[in-house]
Amino acid sequence: MTEQMSANPEEVDRRKFLTGIIGVVAGAVAVVVGVPTVGYLVSPGVKQANAEKWITLGPINSLTPGVPTGFPFSRSIHDGWVESSQTGVAYALTYDGQNVLVLSDVCTHLSCRVTWHEDRQEYVCPCHDGFFDIAGKVVSGPPPKPLNPFQSKVENGQIMILLEA
Amino acid sequence: MAIPPSPESGRGPRVYGWLNERLGLTTIYNSTLARMVPKTDWFYTLGSAAMILALLQGVTGMLLTIYYVPTPDHAYDSIQYIMNDVMFGWLIRGMHHWGATLLVIVVFLHMLKSYFAGAYKYPREITWLTGGVLLLVVLVMGFSGYLLPWNQKAYWATSVGTAIAGAVPVIGPLLERILRGGQEIGAVTLARFYGLHIWWIPIIVLGTIGVHLYLVIRIGITSPPERDE
Repeated sequence: MTEQMSANPEEVDRRKFLTGIIGVVAGAVAVVVGVPTVGYLVSPGVKQANAEKWITLGPINSLTPGVPTGFPFSRSIHDGWVESSQTGVAYALTYDGQNVLVLSDVCTHLSCRVTWHEDRQEYVCPCHDGFFDIAGKVVSGPPPKPLNPFQSKVENGQIMILLEA
Repeated sequence: MAIPPSPESGRGPRVYGWLNERLGLTTIYNSTLARMVPKTDWFYTLGSAAMILALLQGVTGMLLTIYYVPTPDHAYDSIQYIMNDVMFGWLIRGMHHWGATLLVIVVFLHMLKSYFAGAYKYPREITWLTGGVLLLVVLVMGFSGYLLPWNQKAYWATSVGTAIAGAVPVIGPLLERILRGGQEIGAVTLARFYGLHIWWIPIIVLGTIGVHLYLVIRIGITSPPERDE
């Protein structure tokens, strides 16, 4: 093969041109393959499941005024290709038998589950010694925020909470 | 593509020079991408095509394992999830599905070309033999992958395929039971075909391609045959 080297280095010779074409095509392939790959990997994490649902916890007249009571609840969810259920516990508290405060038992530190300790009148998180008072405010320990309250209502004597997503 | 180092100043050449001194990049470039080859034709691109396809099968296969679950109660549903719910899941699976068929075709054509070009002769016998191993191994890859969707076609194709092994004299029935991991095609079959498909065969493929490519670079490829005067 005889190849004529161009005297002017600025001039694009055949070899340089072909190298450039290969580079452009390889770059295009990288984008065409790379973009779907990123979408493929992240899509289950960024998909918004806009499911809001009111869940019934139980009758309000089962509560002792001034004592938080834990209500286990569960609901069915789509876990990828599996129909599974999500369970949790919500603590309901009433003083007057009409208005109710419902707190999530998920610790605001690192999402362990807190439990109400009647003897010390505190919610206790066992993972890193987080303590919350009866209204959910942080007493001591690492939690940065109070316990999250559920949006709640009382219908026909039943306590209901709104679960999001 | 790598560029041979130049004595110019500037960061790019300096970084390249530093790396090159330690890694021998120019030597690698000269002996692989810039090596001398005889005048060839388009049939000589089939080997590269097979390698690119194998690479693509590897990448798309790794992506599929992110969602696919090889158990009878999840295999089919997890693929439905990939096809319908995962962004570009249909594309990744489609590439793996059609890439598999294309790879078998390209590897076979590559073998035909090597045969007709006489590329199996001295000193390239081992290149030819490793190529033969790669053809067989690609077929095993296709057979084991065919079961994984766990649909009717997959099930009955594997039923037939393993029954063929059962036709071997004397040891046939034992062979069939070993392939299936039992009397029936079920959870054990699916799990072992999956393990074969994503671990054992790929590692054999990688090793064999390594030897195959090393020989292509060491000995070089053969010239197309010419008519004598």
